Amino acid sequence: MQDREHFDQLVLPHLRAAFNLARWLLRSREDAEDVTQEALLRAYRFFSGFHGSDARAWLLQIVRNCCYTWLEKNRTMGSTVEFDEALHLSPLPGPEAQALAGSDRERLTRALEQLSPRSREVIVLRELEGCSYKEIAAITAMPIGTVMSTLARTRERLQQLLSRPGTKEGIDDM
Amino acid sequence: MTCDDSSSFLHAYLDGELDAPRCAEFERHLEGCVSCARAFEAQESLRSSIRDAQLREPLPAGFENKVRRELDESALPVSSPRFHAWRLLAAAAVVLLVVGASWKFSLRNRPGAEHNATAADAAAVELVDAHIRALQPGHLTDVTSTDQHTVKPWFAGKIAFAPPVSDFAAQEFPLVGGRLDVFQGRTVAALVYGRRKHFISVFIWPDPAPEMEQYSGAMNGYHWISWKQNGLRLCAVADTSGDDLVVLKDLMAR
Repeated sequence: MQDREHFDQLVLPHLRAAFNLARWLLRSREDAEDVTQEALLRAYRFFSGFHGSDARAWLLQIVRNCCYTWLEKNRTMGSTVEFDEALHLSPLPGPEAQALAGSDRERLTRALEQLSPRSREVIVLRELEGCSYKEIAAITAMPIGTVMSTLARTRERLQQLLSRPGTKEGIDDM
Repeated sequence: MTCDDSSSFLHAYLDGELDAPRCAEFERHLEGCVSCARAFEAQESLRSSIRDAQLREPLPAGFENKVRRELDESALPVSSPRFHAWRLLAAAAVVLLVVGASWKFSLRNRPGAEHNATAADAAAVELVDAHIRALQPGHLTDVTSTDQHTVKPWFAGKIAFAPPVSDFAAQEFPLVGGRLDVFQGRTVAALVYGRRKHFISVFIWPDPAPEMEQYSGAMNGYHWISWKQNGLRLCAVADTSGDDLVVLKDLMAR
């Protein structure tokens, strides 16, 4: 089918960006697999409604919506703080992760995961995906001014989190 | 340039989003201001440590193939035997209007969005999604029942709020059913009422905003009216007269 070919050319190349955003929004690779898959199927179903030029932004927008829906559905009774503490106190799984313990990567991952999803997503889109402010605005449905101020605030917050290693941080509930 | 300006330009400069004259101004300021220069260095080093950490998640092995297989298997919507053309048309009519109406909403509710065509595009994509989905045969309702005691519990567990569900058959607005829909990234409830030979969709979602504004409008022969009650925003949409919608609104808000 022609549509499918078109989809494979235009949208599938952004699969890694999609998975990356989902992984950071959901803080789990396993959940990110499920949600990314669901988002791709959704994107395919609605593909005929895509008339823009930026397939990545279009796909990431769908992924983001699926992630927030998932987060909403799976919100547990416990607070995010408890969840985080459990996460941080659990022993590091696997040799790869153990090698990373204490490394910059580990510290950054922890710091990023302590941010609220809305703060985290702008950092992920900007620093990991290299999106422009305009693209971030399109993906998150925020005005560009808000993108800019969220980025500024989040970077300050990240610096705070990183400059005090070892101390337990509260959740940024911005 | 003052230090206040400098700190607000710092991130745009770092991200290559600052125009040339301001870039020059910013650089001049940094040369003469130690504290701003220090702040800039700190941000630069944060950025390079994020880059060096290579946090971009690689795809799990075999994941792309798995997704391709899923796509291969995902069949296009098939017409159900109960499908009637008029139903599709009715659904299409309702949705077309909603696209128009919500479009207006999204512009109105986001000050500054007029200048942000990208954000507006984003809203449009979303609404087109809703359009395509509702065009699928049988999507007018997910639960078809004239009984409010069937429709209301159907929503429980699917959405985090309780939409007001009442049948107004006695007032000639019989309840036809309900469905879930998506508007601006959130799942919303939609009730379907009949009105003579027309259908009215009432979209419902939580709206914490304090304002109680009521909007209404018409375009291309369709009418819509939106109001708030009990922390929920409701928007009724149909190709019946605007007066019909006001009557239904009064019934629901009672």
